[in-house]
Amino acid sequence: MNPFSYARPTRIDEAISLFQPDSRYIAGGTNLLDLMKENVVRPAQLIDITRLPLQGIEETAEGGLRIGALVSNSDLAWHPLVERHYPLLAQAILAGASAQLRNMASTGGNLLQRTRCYYFYDSTTACNKREPGTGCPARSGLNRIHAILGHSDACIAVHPSDMCVAMAALDAVVHVQGPQGERQIAFNDFHRLPGEKPERDNNLTDGELITAVELPASGFAEHSAYLKVRDRASYAFALVSVAAALKLDGGTISAARIALGGVAHKPWRRAEAEAALVGQSAGDAAFNAAADVLLQGASGFEHNTFKIDLARRAIVRALTDAAKGVAP
Amino acid sequence: MNQNSPTAGGIIACPITIELNGQTRQLEVFPWTTLLDLLREQLALTGTKKGCDHGQCGACTVLLNGRRINSCLTLAVMHDGAELTTIEGLADGDSLHPMQAAFVKHDAFQCGYCTPGQICSAVGMVSEGRAQSLGEIREQMSGNLCRCGAYPNILAAIEEAMPETRKTLGAVQTDAQKGVREVQP
Amino acid sequence: MNSMTSPLGKPVDRVDGPLKVTGQAQYAAEFQVPGLLYGSVVNSSIARGRILQIDSSAAEAVPGVVLVLTHANRPPIASYDKAYEDEDSADGASFRPLFNDRVLYSGQPIALVVAENLELARYAGSLLKVEYAAEPHNTDLRARLGKMHKAPAEIPPERGDVGSAMASARYRLDVEYSSPVEHHNPMEPHASTVHYLPDGQLEIHDKTQGVQNCMHYLEAVFGMEGQIRILAPFVGGAFGSGLRPQYQLPLAVMAALKLKQSVRVVLKRQQMFTFGYRPRTIQRIGIGAGPGGQLEALTHQAIGQTSSFEDFTEHVVEWSGMLYQCPSVRLDYRLVSLDMYTPLDMRAPGAALGVFALECAMDELASAAGVDPLALRLTNYTDRNGNQDKPYSSKALRECYEQGAERFGWSKRLPEPRSMREGNQLIGWGMATGVWEALQMPASAKACLGPDGRLKVSSATADIGTGTYTVMTQIAAAALGLPMERVDFHLGDSSLSKAPLEGGSATVSSVGSAVQKACEELRQKLLDATQQSPESPFTGARLEDVSFNAGNMVLKSAPETSVDLQQIIAMTGALEAEVSVKPGEKRNEYATSTHSAVFVEVRVDEALGTVRVTRVVSAVAAGRIVNPKTAGNQIVGGVVWGIGMALQEESQIDHHLGRFMNHNFAEYHIPVNADIGAIDVLFVDEQDDVVNELGSKGVGEIGIVGVAAAVANAIYHATGKRVRDLPITLDKLM
Repeated sequence: MNPFSYARPTRIDEAISLFQPDSRYIAGGTNLLDLMKENVVRPAQLIDITRLPLQGIEETAEGGLRIGALVSNSDLAWHPLVERHYPLLAQAILAGASAQLRNMASTGGNLLQRTRCYYFYDSTTACNKREPGTGCPARSGLNRIHAILGHSDACIAVHPSDMCVAMAALDAVVHVQGPQGERQIAFNDFHRLPGEKPERDNNLTDGELITAVELPASGFAEHSAYLKVRDRASYAFALVSVAAALKLDGGTISAARIALGGVAHKPWRRAEAEAALVGQSAGDAAFNAAADVLLQGASGFEHNTFKIDLARRAIVRALTDAAKGVAP
Repeated sequence: MNQNSPTAGGIIACPITIELNGQTRQLEVFPWTTLLDLLREQLALTGTKKGCDHGQCGACTVLLNGRRINSCLTLAVMHDGAELTTIEGLADGDSLHPMQAAFVKHDAFQCGYCTPGQICSAVGMVSEGRAQSLGEIREQMSGNLCRCGAYPNILAAIEEAMPETRKTLGAVQTDAQKGVREVQP
Repeated sequence: MNSMTSPLGKPVDRVDGPLKVTGQAQYAAEFQVPGLLYGSVVNSSIARGRILQIDSSAAEAVPGVVLVLTHANRPPIASYDKAYEDEDSADGASFRPLFNDRVLYSGQPIALVVAENLELARYAGSLLKVEYAAEPHNTDLRARLGKMHKAPAEIPPERGDVGSAMASARYRLDVEYSSPVEHHNPMEPHASTVHYLPDGQLEIHDKTQGVQNCMHYLEAVFGMEGQIRILAPFVGGAFGSGLRPQYQLPLAVMAALKLKQSVRVVLKRQQMFTFGYRPRTIQRIGIGAGPGGQLEALTHQAIGQTSSFEDFTEHVVEWSGMLYQCPSVRLDYRLVSLDMYTPLDMRAPGAALGVFALECAMDELASAAGVDPLALRLTNYTDRNGNQDKPYSSKALRECYEQGAERFGWSKRLPEPRSMREGNQLIGWGMATGVWEALQMPASAKACLGPDGRLKVSSATADIGTGTYTVMTQIAAAALGLPMERVDFHLGDSSLSKAPLEGGSATVSSVGSAVQKACEELRQKLLDATQQSPESPFTGARLEDVSFNAGNMVLKSAPETSVDLQQIIAMTGALEAEVSVKPGEKRNEYATSTHSAVFVEVRVDEALGTVRVTRVVSAVAAGRIVNPKTAGNQIVGGVVWGIGMALQEESQIDHHLGRFMNHNFAEYHIPVNADIGAIDVLFVDEQDDVVNELGSKGVGEIGIVGVAAAVANAIYHATGKRVRDLPITLDKLM
């Protein structure tokens, strides 16, 4: 790590006013310090936000939940209201990382996790995300873990979070505060596709701080499933993950959500795929058709084309599990 | 800040106070010093191990305010006022903690390098109270790699030591669950 | 000697257990030295070429940085290849760290930044500006097959007539298997703490499997004969990575000599991918068999990788000439030189690879011939090693098959692939045979019984988690009839009696035999001491006439005649014996091996291709087991390694860059707790008075051998898919 100065504000406005272009906010630190040790990120100042009043989980007037940005992943997953009303979110969180990391990692920080692309992490190589304009060796290199959807010539990295996949499916809203004041960002607008600017993972502006994530009232608790497919049974990033949620009216689907992880630069959703499920009877035919729509335009690289088929199978399995209402 | 505090790279060390294995310690740390490096390099508490330094192996697991964490991925300076238990603080004098004794009995290690992290993690897991079955123990202990491959013995040791460990938790357990309790409706 | 109270063969707890569970066991990077400086290694980013310039001005400007060491300013080191050889060198010229401007592989150490503070050293290292003249490199084994050369290994010559036997065989098989590079990745990174003593001598804590190997290496490289002591009381795993001195050691010594100060260098996890590894291989197996599956001809060719400066060889193909009865056998072993570091022995070197191919091929033969895989092994059973044309000193493999199969329930196996399932899960049962050499090396040990009644035994061996402390304590306690609590075993110190590298499953056999012999000599000295006085009740007694029990020497013919050993020592003062033991002559007439039978159950998700190994039975014949608890743990560990090898482990190299890219524990997968199901180890009885006095063969390697094949065979049984390319990741099963 490079030498940096350290500040520990106790008020949100104080934290924001301390922010300089080469500052970083730190909460759990589980990804930021990892990146700093690899010299991928070199902040001149760390602003410790752990003493800000961003703790706690509260029910909102609309019947949803407002989750403070500093709530740890484990506290969130094990919160009684989350377990009861948002089991999809609890499962997704518990599928990620390890117990130790979940105890430290914060809700806000989870949204800001950076890709596990080998080239991004190895600062001896080129990487458009790390050093814009240097190129993307992953395209013709080791790309087994890379994107099959929404990638660009500049970048084929994927977002590594599990929690975000569930939050995307649940239509969460991100609350942020910055030098220009407060605003809310729909979850699906929070992360970006790489396009020409892969160095930007999300739509936050300089100095903006995530203060909370809000979940709407409906958590699809009766029929949801998070399926994570990975190379070992635990403590591994997803090759493909699926957050599937259904509302069933008898055997007929009245509402559906599907989000994919491990396949794109952001949690992958398509309204058309979900619309295609509505009114259908829950079963393989409808699930396969929805998978077709969700994976439309998917294309792989030398080592990862299997992910397209894997994603299709995982979508069908997750929807099947969700329809059954089984807790995996 | 103390005028005599050490400096490095133009940055002055920061004073912190932590409750370390039951003792109050007043320390000066550089902002970039991880909790792990503080323990190993500054305080000579080398029971906490550095296996990867990136939160990918669990060898550095300690109990921070009763919760298991990777000490390599957090800065010491952020934990002013915290309570920290390391492997050196688990035994009661010469009498091993039940988890430690079970690890010896079941030969739940070979080289011993991941062992302090496994034991701290296991104590933290018992305190979380979420592992009821062998499958759940396996899953919830998966943040601690053991390259020697002693997993079945680790599992047996934890299974045996869980009830006794639960009894020893007391205050620690309260702390660990506080986060959950205070936000209950 | 092996009386009721003898600890030999008992599952006693590790004597070093309490130190390990309390965090008091100290590893190489954990010794406190006053005024210690921290070194951080900087590695090359290119795979081949020259360093034109290293601009260290920015690094040196960081307050607290005391030295940037490169090939341009290092202290003098030897200029002859011989000086860099060590006990585990491969053929050729060993790598010389910071020797000159040549870059031979990506990740090569090219500088060491030394600072007062660890994090500053690392940061300053990131500020070095290195200018290279890169040259084209080759790191892809498959792309360089046209350039392969014969391995400098003693491969048994062809026997029988492979060509005609193959031509006339009822069943013929010709299949290719491949395996990737794997890295040892012990949990403890390689580290050296060099304590610069006031007189300029060096006392070094190093992570090594051979303290004397490292001492001799440094003495030769730095011309410091007699001025270096290496200590390694605890080693946080090694699996072969500590068989050769690794580069952090000479780098730390260079800095200490240059600065005349103590220096510590610890490798980062990423740097654990910048030296030896298990080489990638391509193997081809040909089998010709008769109607019942009896082997008539067998060919096994292996192509492995090596570096541009050494020819690394291991025993990959020999197993195919000795594991089964087969009249016609042809073995071949080739190497391809690449711009990578030299491979390095890694747990069951050679066997883990060669037996994977052989045992998968045997399973393919069983399918082709419609024979049960276990029955096929029994059909081709042999009591002689066909390579050497010698009988085995002992071989209880048949018992391994029988007892392993019984424990596993093999007889309930349905022969058809895809015949067992539960919901989405296809269930498969597979098996394989394992084999490893029962080696013995010359070794020495010293035993000293002091006036305090404690027996101090020592040898410059290592305990890398294998249980050396415990097992040697047991052997010594048994030999002198003392409770284990009165025995202290010392190891990991180059000043102790000469010991071989701790490796190859040979430590009990080698060092254990020396400990046993040293204690026997001590027994003679104790008896001699009692016979100094003519009225001694032991007058005329020979060593075989007395026994040692519960701290006493007892006359067998008159058990009431006994003397407390401490009483003897009170008269004589401390008694000491130091011995060297060589492998016995009678070994020459025999082949000596350990064997195993491994049975595996897998569950494969039919749609997603994910594999879980739910159940393993490993039945092992390894002679006498000194400690079933620690030995059983070794086998369990080997099985876990085999599962990792079968399903997960792969060091992925970007051939454009010539560089390993998944150099961390998040993407280089080794099994986690959740990957491991029930592992049942059983040791079958095996008497062997040829291998060594103890009759013990060693268990460090045998546990892994055959496991990857058994998993692959089980996956075939579950899915009907033969995957011949490791690791068997889910994409290969979809």
